[in-house]
Amino acid sequence: MSMLQIDRVTKVYKSGTFGGGMKAALRQVSFDIDNGEVVALIGESGSGKSTLGKIVLRLVPVTSGRVFFDGQDIVMLKKGGLHDYYKQVQGVFQDPFSSYNPLYKADRVFEMLRPEYFSHLSHQEWEAKLDSALADVSLNPGDVLNKFPHQLSGGQQQRLLVARALLLDVKLLIADEIISMLDASTRVDVLNLLVGLKKRGLGILFITHDLSLGNYISDRTVILRQGVVLEMGLTPKVFGNPQHSYTRSLLTAVPQLHKRWDHAPAVQHDGVVPVNGSAARPSAPTTAIKDFTSGSDVAAAGGDSRRYSRSATHPARKPLGLPEGPGPRPSLMDLEDAPWRRRGSRHDRVNEQKALVADLPPQLVECEEGHYVAVEYQG
Amino acid sequence: MSLKVDNLRIAYRTLHGDVGAVDGVSFSIQDGEIMGLAGESGCGKSTLGNSLIFMEGRMKHGGGTVELDGKTLPIGDSRAMNQYRMRDVSIIPQYAMSALNPTKKIGTLAADLLKSRGVRYKSVLEELKRRIALVGLPDNVVDMYPFELSGGMRQRATMVLSTMLNPSLLIADEVTSALDVSTQRAVGEMLMEFRDRQFVKSMIVITHDLSVLAQIADSILVMYAGKLAEKADARTVVDNPLHPYTQLLLGSLPEVGLRYEDAALVGIPGRPPSLLHPPSGCRFRARCPFAFDKCAEEPPFLELQRGHQVACWKVMQDMAKEPAVQGQNASR
Repeated sequence: MSMLQIDRVTKVYKSGTFGGGMKAALRQVSFDIDNGEVVALIGESGSGKSTLGKIVLRLVPVTSGRVFFDGQDIVMLKKGGLHDYYKQVQGVFQDPFSSYNPLYKADRVFEMLRPEYFSHLSHQEWEAKLDSALADVSLNPGDVLNKFPHQLSGGQQQRLLVARALLLDVKLLIADEIISMLDASTRVDVLNLLVGLKKRGLGILFITHDLSLGNYISDRTVILRQGVVLEMGLTPKVFGNPQHSYTRSLLTAVPQLHKRWDHAPAVQHDGVVPVNGSAARPSAPTTAIKDFTSGSDVAAAGGDSRRYSRSATHPARKPLGLPEGPGPRPSLMDLEDAPWRRRGSRHDRVNEQKALVADLPPQLVECEEGHYVAVEYQG
Repeated sequence: MSLKVDNLRIAYRTLHGDVGAVDGVSFSIQDGEIMGLAGESGCGKSTLGNSLIFMEGRMKHGGGTVELDGKTLPIGDSRAMNQYRMRDVSIIPQYAMSALNPTKKIGTLAADLLKSRGVRYKSVLEELKRRIALVGLPDNVVDMYPFELSGGMRQRATMVLSTMLNPSLLIADEVTSALDVSTQRAVGEMLMEFRDRQFVKSMIVITHDLSVLAQIADSILVMYAGKLAEKADARTVVDNPLHPYTQLLLGSLPEVGLRYEDAALVGIPGRPPSLLHPPSGCRFRARCPFAFDKCAEEPPFLELQRGHQVACWKVMQDMAKEPAVQGQNASR
């Protein structure tokens, strides 16, 4: 059985002015992570990749779906269970410079764990444990202990946070863009550190927007767009033989040293690349409902269970293959269901959320062993 | 010759003394050239870019000249510099996404900017709208507030605003860094388009991402700790770098298709030196695997091959040893 199982997780955020809108950040996302496996979760901004990381860390509640860790549903965990859970699952986040309180010394992140998890250890035992954790991330204790965050480099700060996770019996590390802010020369060291930890059996959920980093480190890859898994499978297969048009367009957009962009077809951000010859529908379901900018879509879609528009048909392609912008803006007064008009009707909102949860994203089919791709919605 | 920078020195005034962020930098850019300026954070690349248009109060012009289209820019004198801003030199600032005033509509912002240059908004509105359409923004973007636009759209709006008056030199500071790959590509191609359409004559693209520069730049200048390390055309720097720092930097970039089992990448050990009291000799010496006795002296920044300037004793020594091999490389 897999260590972490994410089972049809959906997350709906309230959004828009007055909290009147609903936005599905994740739609029926399912995948799992085995012991000692690195799974790269790749998506552009707004794809919901960080939301998923936060859900696994229990920082954000799910709207529907379940997350199992070692067979236990973590959504249901209470105090004691959560305490044990955090012993095994820890996260490290993007910006090392804001992960630390600048007023305190950086090694305070270790001290804060001590009363919670290591109150039984003597001073010597604690020091020894600290030293071994620092050695694991190849830091010299003299270089990093008793220093303020600004005295450490970004790479050292991130490694300290990984060391903090290693102090606990961590089995799964949620690495949310942990090397995006680092310089190229130090970034590789942190990356290689993760490879080393993986070899010792640490499972890693590696969240990134950088395809080359994901490819470098991961065993399996999950491609996420607007909360929907479009493709997943073994990394060499997903990168070597991408099936979904979106994956392909992402890959061609990656700047490479020895190949110019011109060799590849232009990117179509909204993924309207024909699949298998047939023109697929614009597959981006704009789940941003009751958004001012897409107000016209709302009116057009009609119907009750599908009040939000699934088909954001874009007008002519933009001159330079750029991401879509908001359409014409209707006046606020024209909007029949402007947020404030619906403010009282809690019933409506519950229904709306239910509809979002019940709405199924494109189905994943197995195109070869261990390689799944989303089938575009036809008709 | 569009831009000619000669022995430029810029320092930051701090309580502990002057920090020489740009220390004796000389280079030139031709008309129609996109020059990439690369390096790690803290190497002085943004300082160099900013100094060409606006010196903050804590920045000090320590010497050197900047010549643009034959005119010497008074970069140390902010007031005298004002007449050159936007018309001759313009910048897309580092955090272009948050560079727009949130309380003003894009059009109002453009009008304000133009008014400060003594240009009537109405007279350029037509061209402005044409360019807005060119970068793929909706027509009514001039009537929108910055918060109504996404990050990538704001980035593009800033690009259009910066180049309204067709400056001779555009400084693009980390314009692609905070963007997704597909937006990154769009913005990169747009920069090239701006050059091709001659909205700007030449461009300095500042970034830490060498792979983006490999896509859009004609030449690449690599900086390390306030000094120039290497300059050559983009293909040469990427395919045939000479300076050990450039080689290591390129070696640490993961490329798509590379997996750790196949080839483990290596980073560069250590950190860049503090510029408050910079080390003597070659500044990369402490991290350089090839360092030898000679490196205690400061290496000159010399043209060792045609159009390929490097500051490294090791490279000079190798060249002296086997000129034949190097000659072959140069002719390739």
